[in-house]
Amino acid sequence: MSGEQMRKLVVLAVVWLALLFAPYWMAPLGGYTALATRVLVLGLAAMSVNFLLGFTGVLSFGHAAYFGLGAYGTGLALKFLTTSTPLSLVLGMLLGGVVGGLLGALIVRRRGVYFAMVTIAFGQVFYYIAFQWSSLTGGDDGLRGFSRQPLELGLFQIDILSNTTYFYYFVLFCFALAVGVMGVLLRSPFGRAMIAIRENERRARFLGIAVERHIWIAFTLSCFFIAFAGALYALVNNFADPKGLHYSQSGDFVMMAVMGGMRSFWGPLLGAAVFVILQDYLSSITINWMSFVGMLFVLVVLFFPRGLLGFIRRKRAA
Amino acid sequence: MTQLLLFNVTNGLIIGAFYVLMALGLSLILNLSNVINFAHGGFLVIGGYIAYTITPYVGFWGALLIAPPLTAVIGFAVERVLIRPLYGRDPLYSLLLTFGLAFIIEDGTRFFWGAQGKPVTVPPFLATPLSYDFFFITGYRLFMVSVVIVTVSALFIFLRYTRLGVRIRAGTLDLETVAALGINVRMLRSLNFAAGIFLAGLSGVLAAGQLGLEPTMGTGLLMPSFIAIIVGGVGSLTGTLLGGLLIGVASGVTAMFFPAASEAVMYVLMAVVLLIRPRGLLGEEGMMT
Amino acid sequence: MNNPLLSLRPDRRSVLKGAAAAGVLQIASPFVVPVRAADNIKMGMVDPLTGVYAAPAGNEVMGAKLAVDQVNAKGGVMGRQLELLVEDSANDVGTGVQKARKLIERDNVNFIIGDVNSGIAAAIAQVTAEKKVLHVVSGGHTDSITGKDCHWNVYRVCNTTRMEANSVSDLLYSKYGKKWHFITPDYAFGHTLYDACAANLKRLGGTVTGNELTPLGTTDFSAYLIKARAAKPDVLLLLVQGSDMINCLKQIVQFGLDKQIHVAGTQQELESLAGLPPEARIGIWMFEWYWKQPGVPHVAEFVAEIRKRNGGKVPTARHWFGFTSVMTFAHVANQQKTLDAVKLAQALSDFELPPEVKLQPNKVYYRKGDHQLMTSAFIGEAQSKGKDDPEDLFRVDSVVPGDKTAPPVADTGCTVQWPA
Repeated sequence: MSGEQMRKLVVLAVVWLALLFAPYWMAPLGGYTALATRVLVLGLAAMSVNFLLGFTGVLSFGHAAYFGLGAYGTGLALKFLTTSTPLSLVLGMLLGGVVGGLLGALIVRRRGVYFAMVTIAFGQVFYYIAFQWSSLTGGDDGLRGFSRQPLELGLFQIDILSNTTYFYYFVLFCFALAVGVMGVLLRSPFGRAMIAIRENERRARFLGIAVERHIWIAFTLSCFFIAFAGALYALVNNFADPKGLHYSQSGDFVMMAVMGGMRSFWGPLLGAAVFVILQDYLSSITINWMSFVGMLFVLVVLFFPRGLLGFIRRKRAA
Repeated sequence: MTQLLLFNVTNGLIIGAFYVLMALGLSLILNLSNVINFAHGGFLVIGGYIAYTITPYVGFWGALLIAPPLTAVIGFAVERVLIRPLYGRDPLYSLLLTFGLAFIIEDGTRFFWGAQGKPVTVPPFLATPLSYDFFFITGYRLFMVSVVIVTVSALFIFLRYTRLGVRIRAGTLDLETVAALGINVRMLRSLNFAAGIFLAGLSGVLAAGQLGLEPTMGTGLLMPSFIAIIVGGVGSLTGTLLGGLLIGVASGVTAMFFPAASEAVMYVLMAVVLLIRPRGLLGEEGMMT
Repeated sequence: MNNPLLSLRPDRRSVLKGAAAAGVLQIASPFVVPVRAADNIKMGMVDPLTGVYAAPAGNEVMGAKLAVDQVNAKGGVMGRQLELLVEDSANDVGTGVQKARKLIERDNVNFIIGDVNSGIAAAIAQVTAEKKVLHVVSGGHTDSITGKDCHWNVYRVCNTTRMEANSVSDLLYSKYGKKWHFITPDYAFGHTLYDACAANLKRLGGTVTGNELTPLGTTDFSAYLIKARAAKPDVLLLLVQGSDMINCLKQIVQFGLDKQIHVAGTQQELESLAGLPPEARIGIWMFEWYWKQPGVPHVAEFVAEIRKRNGGKVPTARHWFGFTSVMTFAHVANQQKTLDAVKLAQALSDFELPPEVKLQPNKVYYRKGDHQLMTSAFIGEAQSKGKDDPEDLFRVDSVVPGDKTAPPVADTGCTVQWPA
């Protein structure tokens, strides 16, 4: 095996070991399991945004809309339709993904700053719908009255409602599924085409790649992934609220992807971990945590545009 | 019914005039430097707070004259230190940086002035309505509209007839050639940014008279400004002017029939324009790629 | 690679390395959880210290901290000192729930207070019920918390919207007339407040001339005021709160509407009145607690204590909410000599607050059926400036006891399920 492949396997092993044993090594360090669960969910969301941003080169600043739709879909499903947690996850994912796909078809022809603005616009429309349609969504108070149900596995039950550790592993399992699919996609010819579009769109077009169609498919897929993350988020809180749809939430996801490293697969997860843990820690010790988070944004953009993983890579290459 | 409609349209124009002021500043910055300034609302808040702080010493009129230039100076400094390094790069970075800057400004104002809203008084002769029926046209709102008219006219004259203005316009169309002609493009961008922030600061001083002055004041006013630009057309200041008035009227009229949607209608308008005529009402093709 | 741009600045890499080292030292500390005095009893407080509710939230925390200091000075709870851990919910449900879990799972608190935002308060209540921790909602008003979503471990200090509506309705009807127009914030708090007011109006024989539902965060109310004026009501009720209240009142006065229609409402807060220019401080309202209560025992001391901590400014109802929440826990724990949540919750049923906590004239107690504090409503009128005190912005006309304004338990929809 080449040195490159060896390194990739080691990284993979380290990541998964850390994730598998998180509840055990976090506690002595002052963390808590619910924090790890939140990192996983938001990390998945950041990776979904990066699927589009880092690998296709397309910036969507309104992706939180589909995240939120996933959350509301799951919440509504659990509240009115079913008592099966996995089914509600699928329904939430479908809601966000399908809507994303439909909207994506409309906006795929735009690029750059235009595209970003349209995504913000659409995102905000959904935010206002969630806010105003209070009879269905609970409006500003959010969607309540549902909770994740224990998993019925025929012979026995896994109580993911009251047992935080069990729930963490359930989320980890879902995370692994999603990430696995994402990895397979990126390695496929389709994934290669996406990267080609990112590198040089005109040349990709000359090569015969149907650029718009690829971008649309990439957009839709990323919406499915982020809707799945949103569905999990609804289960984390037993709650869904409009703020999850707001463009500031989208901004957070983009920042996590950039901070961790846009060009790498695991970068956004690292970015999410740093962001969530930092915010959690800072907001406990100071009321001015917003300034620190804002300064972090500024510093990352000015000095670490390639993100943490990009920084490490450059050191190794130099 | 028609009287109500007339009232709402007039009212919408007044609201729209305010959006125009904000949007023009944002547009100036976007056109020349390709920077989406998410911190524009923050500068509005800074303008308002500076005015509040100096009013006891210089009065309302003094604050109106002094606060916007002060805010512009702060904007100039910000541009030089934080934004200048980002010009060659993907617009993603300036978006993220100004996003973070907005956080810092909101928290900073809360730190210096406290979370409690500050009472701002306007001179009493302004705070009276025009008439019994047209109660919503107060002296203050008329004053605001006249300030907007004066400022917009001054801006257009500045851009048309002064050397700096012509350079800015030229830079909007082709910055490379402008640089090749030997003009200090860096200074041009800084001054342009400062001009945009001046408008933000001015909006802040005017807003403080109408609304409660508190750190989160700017966030609700930022998005309508973006929408005004998109609807009117990126690259065209007249377009921004029209866009601002249009969304003001749309919002006002919708509030009459379907108040829940009065905010959302602006986004719907934006989405529709982007899909059907992406360059906006008066924009030029290819301005934003 | 020799980049000319880089060489002009001080070596960027070394500056960054230095900063990173300094940063790591700072950040390494949480991973060394400070050894807390194992003897302390810990209480957690979750409130939106950043965002639109930052001002009332900050005041609640200040009131709570005063209570903690006072309790500790008297020997604490069962001989142990109290420790208050404050977390920022940032006005976001996900964050609020996460912080609640952090306080319960990592910090092992015995008691939770929060949140000002009703939605977050309800979400946290689910967590505290799941984890069996005693929870007092200090400032979240939505009725369901002591209504259809009530829990055995959740008690609430501030009024419900029904209580607020009931307190002023009769007065407004007799004083101003039967045609009412509403400006209602479009979320659960606003809806329930409107429903309660409208129900009262109907009972009294009046009519609703219109209900303007305004989105939260509305800055320009002119369109709604145009409609309101056209409907020619006797009184315009403003149900909006916080910045919306400030914007709305400011504009009403600028438009001169207060000279054409009477202006009133239900809940009003000192924070809002303080944020208004003096000429806009008008209308008949109810306060949930007011600082100027001559002749009522212990109030003056409380005001003096808060003034010391608040830069000379007087306490608002929010200070009192935080103060009462902590005192509730301290008193009931000292009385029962236990920290067991179930026992304490049961002891709080019909628990009456002592004078130095209730700081008002009437009997104040937590009602057994719905866990709602029967706190009084201070009805009066806003004034631009007090005669003796620049902060006396509200003239109290009457103080109505809570059990007169609260609907009967059967009407709240609450049935408390105690754990087996």
